[in-house]
Amino acid sequence: MRQLILGFSLVAFSYSVSAAEHTVGQKNKEFTESSLTIKVGDTVHFRNDDSFFHNVFSLSDAKFFDLGSFPQGESKSVVFDQAGEIEVECAIHPTMKMKITVE
Amino acid sequence: MFYKAIFATFLSLFLCHQALASEFKDRVFKAGHPSLQDWVLPEKPEAPSDNLASPERIELGKALFFDPRLSGDGNMSCASCHNPSLGWSDGLPTAKGFKSKVLGRASPTVINTGYNSIQMWDGRKKTLEDQAIGPLESHEEMNTDFSAALASIRGSSEYQKLFAKAYPGEEIDKTTIAKAIANFERTVISRNSRFDRWIQGDKKALTKEEIRGFKLFSNPEKGNCEVCHSAPNFTDNGFHNIGLASFADENPDLGRYAERPLGLMKGAFKTPTIRDITLTAPYFHDGSAETLDDVVDHYVKSGEVKTNLSPNLKELKLSEKEQKAIVAFMKSLTSDSDPVTLPQLPRI
Repeated sequence: MRQLILGFSLVAFSYSVSAAEHTVGQKNKEFTESSLTIKVGDTVHFRNDDSFFHNVFSLSDAKFFDLGSFPQGESKSVVFDQAGEIEVECAIHPTMKMKITVE
Repeated sequence: MFYKAIFATFLSLFLCHQALASEFKDRVFKAGHPSLQDWVLPEKPEAPSDNLASPERIELGKALFFDPRLSGDGNMSCASCHNPSLGWSDGLPTAKGFKSKVLGRASPTVINTGYNSIQMWDGRKKTLEDQAIGPLESHEEMNTDFSAALASIRGSSEYQKLFAKAYPGEEIDKTTIAKAIANFERTVISRNSRFDRWIQGDKKALTKEEIRGFKLFSNPEKGNCEVCHSAPNFTDNGFHNIGLASFADENPDLGRYAERPLGLMKGAFKTPTIRDITLTAPYFHDGSAETLDDVVDHYVKSGEVKTNLSPNLKELKLSEKEQKAIVAFMKSLTSDSDPVTLPQLPRI
């Protein structure tokens, strides 16, 4: 039992050590990154740097999310827990698009 | 020489910054000022590489645009709803389609659609080429019998010549029809209004009231109009629920939600340009505002229906004088267009 708990702890520890944080801004109606490659378990913070509201969403199979709308200075985060190609957009301003590759 | 180079670099960086300035606080409201140059529209809209503009393509597209014989009953053309005599729209609250059926949305103007990155009130078409065939195919709109229409066009020696000159080596089919119509539509441009001339340095082109209206229009703490009606074509090509009364109907038009099923998009519609706005009344996607004063009144109240309102809308604190200045400014956005000449249609 002790060995099992130790094993789980090691897995959890290595997961938390390897998971990285990334920040993508929204400025001048564009994402600051057109593409981003991350690892499974990484977190991406989407930060609004424009003076008006933005949205962030994805309808991709690998990650489906809708962060609603948020104003300048605020950010919302997504943990990407599955490998795949994810198209990210702003619903309000559909010219804003980026791609996240989760490996 | 070295100092000149340094100075030139700083100057170009400064001018570049000014030209890209997109925030109200960075703008200097003087005729021709560099901080306003993001309002200058390119001379021509960008065309896709497989459908670059040529006089032959524009001539063919114009004939097809005005040809009622393409429709199911032979009495409706693109120009029936996009009438150049009515601001390339129809003057109706919402369009009338096949057999005069009243449709759910207003006919959007063709003016400056070539500059848009997305088409239709709900954005379901990306380009003018994608959009052009839609109304013909729709049973509620032109209700075209394409096998009959294509047979007529292919059998017309005059249409054959036009197609051969415009798209040599390509079939006469829906694709080339759409390409020709789109090519013509990209010639419907408004970029020579008094506002445009003022932006380019003509100090006398706008009155003091209109300049004050432009400032109020741009100021997020006053009119807050530019948040959506942004440079250079007075649209952000974005989608917003602006709180129209019709959103409270029993089965409201959900707009963009049909294309992007996200809560924020329920009742959201694309921001239309306001260039040539004096020619395209009534306003809004449901045609519910008869005048520009009605439009400003609507936004002062931050909409009639507050459910799912766009987060970019807010209640406006505008005096009556300020509201009038914004309307005066919008009226300066209409270009002096050359009269439209109608084509002699090819014999079928």
